[in-house]
Amino acid sequence: MKELGVTKVEKKEIEILELLEKNGRMDVHTIARMVELSPKEVERAIQKFEDQQIIHGYSTLIDWTDVLGYEGVTAMIDVKVTPVRGKGFNDVAERIYRFPEVKAVYLMSGAYDLSVSVEGKTMSQVARFVSEKLSTLDTVISTTTHFILKKYKHDGIIFGEDDDNDRRMPVSP
Amino acid sequence: MSSDTSRFIAEHVDSLKPSGIRRFFDLASTMENVISLGVGEPDFVTPWNVIEASYHSLEQGYTAYTANAGLLELRELIAEYLQSAYAVPYRAEDQVIVTVGASQAIDIALRTILNSGDEVIIVEPCFVAYASAVTLAGGVPVSVGTQAANEFKLQPEELANSITKKTKAIILCNPNNPTGTMLSREELLPIADLIQEHDLLVLSDEIYAELSYDDGYVSFASLPEMHERTILISGFSKSFAMTGWRLGYAAGPAALIQAMTKIHQYTIMCAPTMAQYGAVEALRSGSASVEQMKKSYRQRRNFVMTAFEKMGLKTNRPGGAFYIFPSIKETGLSSEEFAEALLIEEKVAVVPGSVFGESGEGYIRCSYATSMKQLTEAMKRIKRFVESRLT
Repeated sequence: MKELGVTKVEKKEIEILELLEKNGRMDVHTIARMVELSPKEVERAIQKFEDQQIIHGYSTLIDWTDVLGYEGVTAMIDVKVTPVRGKGFNDVAERIYRFPEVKAVYLMSGAYDLSVSVEGKTMSQVARFVSEKLSTLDTVISTTTHFILKKYKHDGIIFGEDDDNDRRMPVSP
Repeated sequence: MSSDTSRFIAEHVDSLKPSGIRRFFDLASTMENVISLGVGEPDFVTPWNVIEASYHSLEQGYTAYTANAGLLELRELIAEYLQSAYAVPYRAEDQVIVTVGASQAIDIALRTILNSGDEVIIVEPCFVAYASAVTLAGGVPVSVGTQAANEFKLQPEELANSITKKTKAIILCNPNNPTGTMLSREELLPIADLIQEHDLLVLSDEIYAELSYDDGYVSFASLPEMHERTILISGFSKSFAMTGWRLGYAAGPAALIQAMTKIHQYTIMCAPTMAQYGAVEALRSGSASVEQMKKSYRQRRNFVMTAFEKMGLKTNRPGGAFYIFPSIKETGLSSEEFAEALLIEEKVAVVPGSVFGESGEGYIRCSYATSMKQLTEAMKRIKRFVESRLT
């Protein structure tokens, strides 16, 4: 990423965000060493980002596929809506993203308007959500539901890949 | 008849010492769960777009030889890159040759310039292959040591002292393997003056140039009068994480590059074609992935630098490459003893500084081209080891 016209401090703050984005559990001391700031400065920067809601929280990326006893499905739903005069898509987006089973909502360019990601325990639970909650909204014209069959890569992480698989010889010049 | 077939081996080959790294390699290979900081290559896999471009070239049936000097398209991209990154102009047609790694470029450069008995100055501690490459080319390697007190920077006086009537060239590696030292323009200029004064040539090994972290990097060929006196050697191994592809290049005065191409033509023919197509893609679009890797290296450098300082091992601030070269003199151990005991007791592999030349004694080379997870654990183990030796 090009960071034009940013100060040295801002550059380091961006680095802090990038490190945390990759590993939310990285401790302040390690981050401080890596970006050459004091732990206090790093703490202050993180606090600032939390206050400004640039950092919204710290979550864990889990590959649920192999977790015994866990059931869950995710669907991506293409939604066509009628925008409301003076409010555009925001109102209907809010009506949708308030539902807790909705994990993500994006306004899209192209053939449909909103991309909605929904998680449920079973397919029928998600289907019920679509037929009872989503498609019944006044402004929703149509929905197309796609169930995710397998996650290969999520949020930049390839599932099932061993990160520590070093293919190099142990010593080389 | 004697059954000892070694009698067929030429004397100058027989007398070559095997690399000191070899012994460590053998020892480390027999052990399990070793964290290796002994590796002289990136931990990243080659960027996917490069791999994909090479696949594509194979699918399209580009499996024949290329021109001896390499694909013209690739040489043009190399020339463009050297111009835009380091402001050194080269003609793709006759001033650039694509080689099998930077190592082959060093080999054919030396074979091109050396008459029997010519001396080549080597700045130690340095890459293990230089001296042997000089010997194999019929030359005589002359070492100049550098010291931690000067941040392992070549001192012009010491260079001047080692120049004789037989001196033909000097091999400079900047940023340096194993010390990570990077020479600035101000530090290079007096060296250039000596080169000019004594009518010498420089083999400038700039394989780590792209991985320089703090200040702007200066190519030796960009210094006044030095374009005509420099064979710039670099490659794709370190910056694009393409070590196994074996692809490097040399750029320099046309007469020299053409003479090198003669040797290349009779011994290698051309660098591997599929690797060359990968390199075309690397130069066309690779800079974003290089920047990303470079950022990781810089953060890891900062991390290990403070870790070594905290455990009481003095270290210089490496300006480039992905090595740090801390002093282990405090422990009272030789660098070989230190490395061996550390490997056996804590299962961390580092390379004893002494394998890079006499002036490397008392230091160890640690590569930080390893994941943060591994580095964190390695630093813990080294700290424990150092503490056991200091008390």
